[in-house]
Amino acid sequence: MSALPFWPHEASAYSAEIDHLALAFTVLIVLLSAPVFVLMIIFAVKYRRGRTADRRHPVNSRIGFEISWAVIPFAAMLVFYVWSTRLYFQQHHPPGNALEIQVVAKQWMWKFQHPGGQREINELHVPIGRPILLTLASQDVIHDLYVPALRLKQDVVPGRYTSLWFDADTVGVYRLQCSQFCGADHAVMGGYVHLLSPSDYARWLEQAGTDMSLASQGAALFRTRGCSGCHGAAATVKAPKLEGLFGHEVPLSDGSVVTADAQYIRDSILMPHAQVAAGYPDIMPTFQNVLAEDDVLKLVAYIKSLAAEPRSKP
Amino acid sequence: MVDQPYSTVLQQREAATMGMFVFLGTEIMLFGGMFAVALGLRLTHPREFVDSSMQLHVWIGAINTAVLLTSSAAVALAVHAVRARQFRATSVLFVIAAVLGVVFLGIKAFEYATEYREGLLLPPVGVQRLFMDLYLVSTGLHALHVTVGAGLLAAVAAFAPQRATLVENTGLFWHLVDAIWVFLYPVLYLAR
Amino acid sequence: MTDVPINKRADPNDIRDRGLSETPEERASYLRAGHTLRSWFLTTDHKRIALLYLVSVTFFFFVGGIAAALIRIDLLTPEGDLLSNEGYNRAFTLHGVIMVWFFLIPSIPNTFGNFLIPLMIGAKDLAFPRLNLLSWYIYVIGGLCTLFVLVAGGVDTGWTFYTPLSSMFAHGQVVMAATAVFIVGFSSILTGLNFIVTIHKLRCPGMTWGRLPLFVWSHYATSLILVLATPVLSITLALIAAERLFGVGVFDPKLGGDPLLYQHLFWFYSHPAVYIMVLPGLGVVSELVTAAARKRVFGYWFVAGSSLAIAAVGFLVWGHHMFVAGQSMYASAVFSFLSLVVAVPSAVKVYNWTATLYKGQIAIDPPFLFAASFIGLFVFGGLTGLVLAMLAVDMHVHDTYFVIAHFHYIMVGGTVSAYFGALHFWWPKMFGRTYPMVWGRIMALLIYLGFNLTFFPQFILGYLGMPRRYHVYPPEWQVWNVLSSTGASILGIAYLLPFVYLLWSLRYGPPASANPWGAAGLEWTVPSPPPKENFVETPVVDYPAYNYPMEMEEGARG
Ligand code: HEA
Ligand code: HEA
Ligand code: HEC
Ligand code: CUA
Ligand SMILES: [Cu+2]
Repeated sequence: MSALPFWPHEASAYSAEIDHLALAFTVLIVLLSAPVFVLMIIFAVKYRRGRTADRRHPVNSRIGFEISWAVIPFAAMLVFYVWSTRLYFQQHHPPGNALEIQVVAKQWMWKFQHPGGQREINELHVPIGRPILLTLASQDVIHDLYVPALRLKQDVVPGRYTSLWFDADTVGVYRLQCSQFCGADHAVMGGYVHLLSPSDYARWLEQAGTDMSLASQGAALFRTRGCSGCHGAAATVKAPKLEGLFGHEVPLSDGSVVTADAQYIRDSILMPHAQVAAGYPDIMPTFQNVLAEDDVLKLVAYIKSLAAEPRSKP
Repeated sequence: MVDQPYSTVLQQREAATMGMFVFLGTEIMLFGGMFAVALGLRLTHPREFVDSSMQLHVWIGAINTAVLLTSSAAVALAVHAVRARQFRATSVLFVIAAVLGVVFLGIKAFEYATEYREGLLLPPVGVQRLFMDLYLVSTGLHALHVTVGAGLLAAVAAFAPQRATLVENTGLFWHLVDAIWVFLYPVLYLAR
Repeated sequence: MTDVPINKRADPNDIRDRGLSETPEERASYLRAGHTLRSWFLTTDHKRIALLYLVSVTFFFFVGGIAAALIRIDLLTPEGDLLSNEGYNRAFTLHGVIMVWFFLIPSIPNTFGNFLIPLMIGAKDLAFPRLNLLSWYIYVIGGLCTLFVLVAGGVDTGWTFYTPLSSMFAHGQVVMAATAVFIVGFSSILTGLNFIVTIHKLRCPGMTWGRLPLFVWSHYATSLILVLATPVLSITLALIAAERLFGVGVFDPKLGGDPLLYQHLFWFYSHPAVYIMVLPGLGVVSELVTAAARKRVFGYWFVAGSSLAIAAVGFLVWGHHMFVAGQSMYASAVFSFLSLVVAVPSAVKVYNWTATLYKGQIAIDPPFLFAASFIGLFVFGGLTGLVLAMLAVDMHVHDTYFVIAHFHYIMVGGTVSAYFGALHFWWPKMFGRTYPMVWGRIMALLIYLGFNLTFFPQFILGYLGMPRRYHVYPPEWQVWNVLSSTGASILGIAYLLPFVYLLWSLRYGPPASANPWGAAGLEWTVPSPPPKENFVETPVVDYPAYNYPMEMEEGARG
């Protein structure tokens, strides 16, 4: 397919499947619209005014006809509905073993942070052959990460984390674009995805290397921003310990229970009064105007790294 | 008298009433948007929504509800009066309703002022602020409707208390303004 | 008569007074009932108001068209050389805002709906003639606000006004633009209200619901949407304005507000609004097809009911604009399914029109050509809408040129064709003159060709991954963009043609008879152009809609 000038690159098995779906749908479009085009032309010629033709015809409505041309195309469409919805759901269930990369969008650039702490702007290097999970956050307005070669896009919404995952299988450099209108330089808010072989990726990681992984950068922030003053082992304030928090259920003061995922951690830091852990005073200050989105992501990575440790009870 | 496109008085009256009902439909959809925002806010931040709602002055709201309900009753009586061709009574009842409308606005203004003094009105951050913004916009929009409605009531009372269709339609509008408050009040004040 | 006072101007009350190139019908018509500006600007005659709309709506079509021309010229090259980044953003924002709210939504309802609904149901006027005039003034005020935005620096939010871009980050005249749309919304609401009451209360004796022309049915459905959806847009825009002006924001993500809430509210209006834009066109096509085929429409109740079904189901599918916006995947699955459901009534219409042509007496006149283009382009635009409704495919083509092509196929290929079809079909009725058929046919063909050349390449561009609202793009996509811009020039020229021959016909065209097309329908029983009060005597209907002669006996030979 990719050889055709009007066909975009396919960089994953998923892309190929989308293309099959789209092509099959095109066939259906032709099948459904052909009767209209063909018959309209035939009738216009055959029953042109002034031309003699047999124009006798029975009553001017046949329930049977009308039902069938409503139901048959609809039934055909249902097949495609199931097919595409299945793909979409699959796209919303990232596999557990994915390599996680954090993305922050702002007017008008893309920032990427790798788990090892490597950072890059408008360029994304990832390995093929293993699932990649992008966690997307926005600093200002809504953006949208779009990689046509992967047939994937996802809006990046301020105030919440969204995510996107893929499993690419073709090495190459592909375009990456912002496809949600985000202001003056929307049209130039783009870059490239470099799909590398695992060994090239390892090499890239090394040359881009930093001394600190994302989680340890988070740990540093945790100390410098004063979190440890309350949450640290030596703290006197009655604040929950964050070890073993991530991925576990947290009872809240209003009686409900939530699972501590990235979004929950983020909200706890930026909007601490919204969900207060049960048994604790509502005294944590907001870090809304203090921490940038990428700092928050680092803290999330750090707290996530504490997940393995046992959860201490209040 | 029968106006341009109509052939009978009855037809004209029916058209006017129907027009009014359709208009009320648009008003409901307008406030429907507001209620959708309230619902969205409540679903995303249940706890803080309730907390903020607790801070409002339930009693002032309750008094205002009573004021509006009374005025609605006056309007209902006025519609009866005009049907019985008692135009003076219609006028008086409409004026009473309009005055109650103004009382409502006065109490509302007092409430805003109190909240402002308490620092409740424009809190700096968080969902609190979001709630108060919603509160301001929706009650403000409603107050605008009360203002228009009271003006209409007064105008009809002064100039056309004998035009039954007009009286009925103005009354319908007032009932709607009232009904919207009856929904706004629990959504904002009693959301606990 | 000898004692006629010498009067330069023809006397409209005297049928025999032949003025310069005026037919007796013209002299007795609404066109000559008053010559002063005042008699036009303070008229309550639905036919005159329709003409006021015709002029103002066409004006805005050209303003929006000039913005489109700028867009297409800028896209000729991969670099952004004609316009700056901001300039380009302003161009497409104004293009969208003007085309949607100041042209397409009012186009068919406010001109042809206004003109024809009373004539078609045997009424003297709409139910509330003064409200009708008021609605035009509101439209004009809204239009002036838009023109103000245009000269005062424009807006760059896109026609969708997404928050928090529009409420916190965008420069430019966001509040003024929102106000313009807010104001014009009231005009829509009043028109819809007027239509609903008129159709309910002013049908002439014998004009039962089952005898209404399909044009009226589709306007009834449109009016329901106008009345129920527009207020939601009003409040949404008011909330944006409140946030920008007073800082009372309910969508602000910094406070914990939800930008998706805005999108839900916006699309709750805007998806039904796309049916506001297409239903009147569907109604027009039903009329054109039956008149061209001289045949009763196939399955009257199915076609009439499908308008209502589209209006009703159309309220339930708004979420299909938000498949990648972060809404829950279950919600997406439901919206995707409902988007398929809404295609069914459209299918009924399209196939029933085709069946109507079967064994008809088809005249290949301009109205039929426009109707045929409409059907072809609508089918294609609609079916690509279903592609977009497929969740996984939409993840690829959302916010690309594929979407642009989809909706231009329906809105420009479809509704604008229907608008010109209606203009060519009812022109003789509105002005009492006929135009040269050849020119009408040429225009219809040019539009069809120019249109496909403009927008078909955009499907390919979209699938290749060209995002919309981009004026800087990789060079390998230039071919398709050049094709598209070429098509747009043909299209632009085609749209200018009617100015020449229709205006020419006003003075030099041969006078039209009351029923030049031999069509059924009450509007063809009155003189062309109709007299001020429409019907001298209230008509009484005792026959079904579209009772073309060949329907009367079975097995007639043509
Ligand atoms: C007049 C305007 C109009 C109309 C009528 C429609 C009609 C439809 N639209 Fe479209 N649409 C727009 C204007 C319109 N749209 C606009 C302006 C946008 C972009 C907004 C923006 O983001 O700026 C848009 C965007 C849009 C999207 C979002 C794309 C995206 O942003 O990712 C989707 C997704 O589902 C969609 C779907 C549909 C569907 C299913 C229909 C259906 O109603 C179509 C029904 C018609 C048919 C199907 C054809 C005829 C039927 C047959 C030939 C029979 C066979 C078929 C079956 C029975 C299955 N539209
Ligand atoms: C509702 C109706 C409507 C109509 C009628 C049109 C008509 C046209 N539209 Fe548009 N369009 C929209 C609604 C409409 N559009 C909307 C809602 C958007 C989305 C905006 C957004 O993203 O916010 C959009 C966006 C849009 C884009 C995408 C911009 C982008 O995302 O970057 C493009 C690009 O090609 C385009 C092109 C055109 C063209 C070529 C026409 C042509 O049909 C116009 C033809 C008419 C003329 C050209 C005018 C008449 C001729 C002259 C005045 C003579 C001079 C002209 C020349 C010499 C060329 N439109
Ligand atoms: C003034 C003391 C204080 C500071 C400083 C503080 N916190 Fe907290 N934090 C608390 C308290 C008390 C709670 C429990 C009540 C609540 O949920 O709001 C809490 C809760 C949390 C939770 C939710 C834990 C759970 O069990 O649900 C997270 C995550 C968190 N804090 C992270 C941080 C981070 C990261 C920082 C620094 C950027 C920080 N906190 C700074 C006092 C503090
Ligand atoms: Cu970021 Cu568009
Ligand atoms: Cu839609």
